[in-house]
Amino acid sequence: MFNSSFDAVVPMLCVVLAALASMGAEAFRAKDEEMPIGGLGIVGLAGAGISSGLLWNRNAASFGVLVADNFALFVTLTLVIVGILTIMFSSQVLRRDQLPKGEYYALLLFSLVGMIMMAMANDLLIVFIALETLSLSVYVLTGIRRDDPKATEAAFKYFLLGAFSSAFFLYGIAFTYGLTGTTRLDQVGAYLAAQSMSDNPLILVALGLLLVGFAFKISAVPFHMWTPDAYEGAPAIVSGFMSTGVKAAAFAAFARVFLSSFEPFSADWAPIVWILAALTMILGTVVGVAQSNLKRMLAYSSIAHGGYLLVGLVAANQVGKAAILFYLLAYAVTNLAAFGVIALLSSREKETDELRDFAGLWHTHPALAALMTVCLLSLGGLPPTVGFIGKWYIFSAAVSAGYYGLAVIGVLTSVISVFFYLRVVVMMYMADRDASAPVPSQVTGLGMVALAASIVAIIYLGILPTPVLDLAAESIATIF
Amino acid sequence: MIPLSSYLIVSAILFAIGTAGVFLRRNLIVILLSIEIMLNAVNLSFVAFGRSLGNVDGQIIVFFVMTVAAAEAAVGLAIVIGLFRHRESLNPEAFTTLKW
Repeated sequence: MFNSSFDAVVPMLCVVLAALASMGAEAFRAKDEEMPIGGLGIVGLAGAGISSGLLWNRNAASFGVLVADNFALFVTLTLVIVGILTIMFSSQVLRRDQLPKGEYYALLLFSLVGMIMMAMANDLLIVFIALETLSLSVYVLTGIRRDDPKATEAAFKYFLLGAFSSAFFLYGIAFTYGLTGTTRLDQVGAYLAAQSMSDNPLILVALGLLLVGFAFKISAVPFHMWTPDAYEGAPAIVSGFMSTGVKAAAFAAFARVFLSSFEPFSADWAPIVWILAALTMILGTVVGVAQSNLKRMLAYSSIAHGGYLLVGLVAANQVGKAAILFYLLAYAVTNLAAFGVIALLSSREKETDELRDFAGLWHTHPALAALMTVCLLSLGGLPPTVGFIGKWYIFSAAVSAGYYGLAVIGVLTSVISVFFYLRVVVMMYMADRDASAPVPSQVTGLGMVALAASIVAIIYLGILPTPVLDLAAESIATIF
Repeated sequence: MIPLSSYLIVSAILFAIGTAGVFLRRNLIVILLSIEIMLNAVNLSFVAFGRSLGNVDGQIIVFFVMTVAAAEAAVGLAIVIGLFRHRESLNPEAFTTLKW
């Protein structure tokens, strides 16, 4: 039936419409007229969330290239949460920094469209187009503060390496297409399973090129060089958005391509991903210890968290796959809240992102210091937070799949990482405030609501994770 | 008739030239052009594969890739203009504010 083939695109369409509406609103806005453009975005994202809920268990597919299976819907819901929290944090930041509202929200929503599309893509070409949709918007968002040389430089570095890596990714798609005659993921998988192609070196070339493309996007070592620069240069809220949203979308596509289509070749790619995971965890943690800039430190922490997610991908058992989904959600909420605190504390003249800016925060902003502490403890993986549960499941998946080495590296790097998270906490509570330093901004309104909601989620999921874990397990059970 | 492998070799050489250009050239615009060469090298592979497989998917994909490449060039050039405003230079070595 023709109508039913539109089912799977409904969540995406809601966000597309909101993005177009915010562009239109900006274009027809009278000068100095205040418009609730962010509200439009929230409405669109809520629509996407509700339609994903309605599509649950329906396995809708659109035009053969987009599927709304439970896996895609779980990631979509995660992205909706990321989007809504980002918009709530942004309202105060945009007003303060006098950033162009219409452009900002339109780009944010278009990149969310790309992310949702990437989670639903069932065709390598769609994965590529989704990747570009989200990347192009995020490049511009990174450099949206045009008067700041650091932001522009960050945008360029991100753009250059992103475009470079998508060329590799595309070359991988070309080889896959040449060998199998199709770009549909299910058909590629069926073809590869039916033919014994392990003697064909070209399939390994294709596999390698696709792996390089994904590794860049999830900033796995040694393809991580852009991450610290982009996260430090971008406005804090954009860094938060891209460290969570882009990562969730890229991992969804990564898991779908490698765990379903290229499953027959897992003996070839698993050792490589093993090494990537180990390097990513070690480098992200060790270099993170040396950072004095909080945004840069969180960038290295984000690299390390990418490594933990790769562990789940290598383990590739039911627990591991469910753990990836749960971890993506946990990391999204936690990291976005941490970057949100930085963004809300900053002023127009200066981002509050140096470690010493947080000295004595307890005296001026007791609530924010407490919230930041919870986020950092969750990033470090201490109970009773959601970060602990996420790490626990990832490492137990690795152990049950027999990857003891990875589990040991993971636990050790987590322990080291606690050092640099706690350093911030010590700074906030124990150090004296530098009297000459400007007092960080006060946080009001939506930003505070979003922070409170994130903290409730972090603690709640840390104590009662079972319903969400079951949901994650249920959503991967249908496809892999 | 020219065999498929010839096309693939030309495409691989073009891709390598593009990759080398990204690393070796010292001008932001030329680096952007090198990335375009890489994308077009891939387009050549797509067309050649499509032709040898006897289905048109490969050629249709090229249209999508060209569109994406155009959008990418637009964003890239805009960012380069933004950079040039700050530093009056197109040499990548001038942009080293951010480092670990």
